[in-house]
Amino acid sequence: MKTSCVCIICPKGCELEGETDGQEILSLEGASCPRGREYLAQELRDPRRTITSTVLVEGGESPLVSVRLSAPVPKNQIFAVMEAIRRLRVVAPVSLGEVLLPDLLRLGCDLIATHQVFAAEKYGPR
Amino acid sequence: MNLMEKDCIIIGGGPAGLAAAIRLREAGVRDIVVIERERQAGGILRQCIHDGFGLTRFQESLSGPEYAWRFLEKAVDLNIPLLTETTALKVCPDKTVIAVSRRHGWLRLRARAVVLAMGCRERTRGAIGLPGTRPAGVLTAGVAQSYINIHNLMIGRDAVILGSGDIGLIMARRLTLEGARVHAVLEIQPHAGGLPRNIRQCLDDYGIPLLLEHTVVDIRGTGRLESILAAKVDANRNPVPGSEREFRCDTLILSVGLIPENELSLTAGIELDPRTGGAIVDEHYQTSVPGIFSAGNVLHVHDLVDFVSLEAETLAESVAVFLKNGCLESCPIALKAGSGVSYVLPHTISGTREVTLSLRVREPLKPCLITVRQAGGTVLSRRFAKALPAEMIHLPLEAEIVNGRTPLEVTAV
Repeated sequence: MKTSCVCIICPKGCELEGETDGQEILSLEGASCPRGREYLAQELRDPRRTITSTVLVEGGESPLVSVRLSAPVPKNQIFAVMEAIRRLRVVAPVSLGEVLLPDLLRLGCDLIATHQVFAAEKYGPR
Repeated sequence: MNLMEKDCIIIGGGPAGLAAAIRLREAGVRDIVVIERERQAGGILRQCIHDGFGLTRFQESLSGPEYAWRFLEKAVDLNIPLLTETTALKVCPDKTVIAVSRRHGWLRLRARAVVLAMGCRERTRGAIGLPGTRPAGVLTAGVAQSYINIHNLMIGRDAVILGSGDIGLIMARRLTLEGARVHAVLEIQPHAGGLPRNIRQCLDDYGIPLLLEHTVVDIRGTGRLESILAAKVDANRNPVPGSEREFRCDTLILSVGLIPENELSLTAGIELDPRTGGAIVDEHYQTSVPGIFSAGNVLHVHDLVDFVSLEAETLAESVAVFLKNGCLESCPIALKAGSGVSYVLPHTISGTREVTLSLRVREPLKPCLITVRQAGGTVLSRRFAKALPAEMIHLPLEAEIVNGRTPLEVTAV
């Protein structure tokens, strides 16, 4: 079966074209690095995506902190992960790289802050 | 009003300004200051919470805030003075900068060199002349991104996106993840404006249709947006009668291009290129006003921040030489965009050292042959598997292949 897709691993966006049996790659063209084959193999077996979003912060100098997952999750879990992120509340200060939710939904990845949020009083009255 | 004297003033604390400031310090230029309009430095990266930044530079996929932090942390370590909540109002040709600051009030600074790193802004509804009423709910993608990612304000429930630029695609996914329905992305061109990987991971993953050669022909609603009328366009971009289709929506997001923010460049009398919207620069990134330099999105709109940082660092190396010697090597050889190429930078080169050209093709080409010609002869040609207008091409040009001072022309087929 002919399969074609754009590799999403890097901005180069290689156009992968290959022959697969639906599970395994039989032949592949268009990948300019080995990650293209890895990506397509993963995509056929178990498509995964990383998610980035924001989490509500209490007592911070900004209302949100940006977050990402430490590893990609199965595509069909994206909205379940988003719901868990939406329910979460954290208290300032939050530091960059801090784990806000370990082993999210037992998917084997953590929710990590990608920015820092100082406590509101740090800035004082404006 | 006191006059603050500096070796170099950097206007803008985004990825370009921070990278330039750090590299200047590393090159031994101590007396510098960065002027930043916002409360925090980092520029547009602060609201770009998605990942995919830094793959070229750091070989890892970072979110915007993380990428910005790599530079901010270094700027803090190097004690680079950062004047935040300070807006530059005017840059004079003598390199005096007038600014207003929340903390310091009215400021007058003068430097031996000025770096323009103001970035770009979005084209708005007015810029593309969208017909219809003027309800709430019509906003640019970057504004929507700021509301949702920074200010915790959800902008609507049912959205249509006009324009397939990267920020529009990123916002299509973001809105979907936040529970809104994105009914379609409309693109007036026959090809997408954003990167192919974003089409796949932001639209295809969520079943959002991309309608090429479509535009908005009517905006409806009084208080709040109620619907938009989309139509197919012909080869001349005119709406095809009878092809109209109504989308009920409360939000229309515009991702219809970015404009380098050059109002300050104009106050300094700097010559601009109508094709890029940015300054005309030589290989040192020096503008038509000696001692004033420009790089990053204020020079030309980039698709990847990694190359913004790189460009600003190359600029900083030239600024350091300029500050040391009082001048830079002259660049008498003109570089012109020929057929198939929408623009090429820099505008002039010295011909005595290797430079990396930045260019974009006009139309998608697959395969693509980029040729550099001088006085009728080919000096360089390079083949690419594909070339898209959305993807900037970087082409190293060695000094040895340049002969004399006749202009070079770059073409793409």
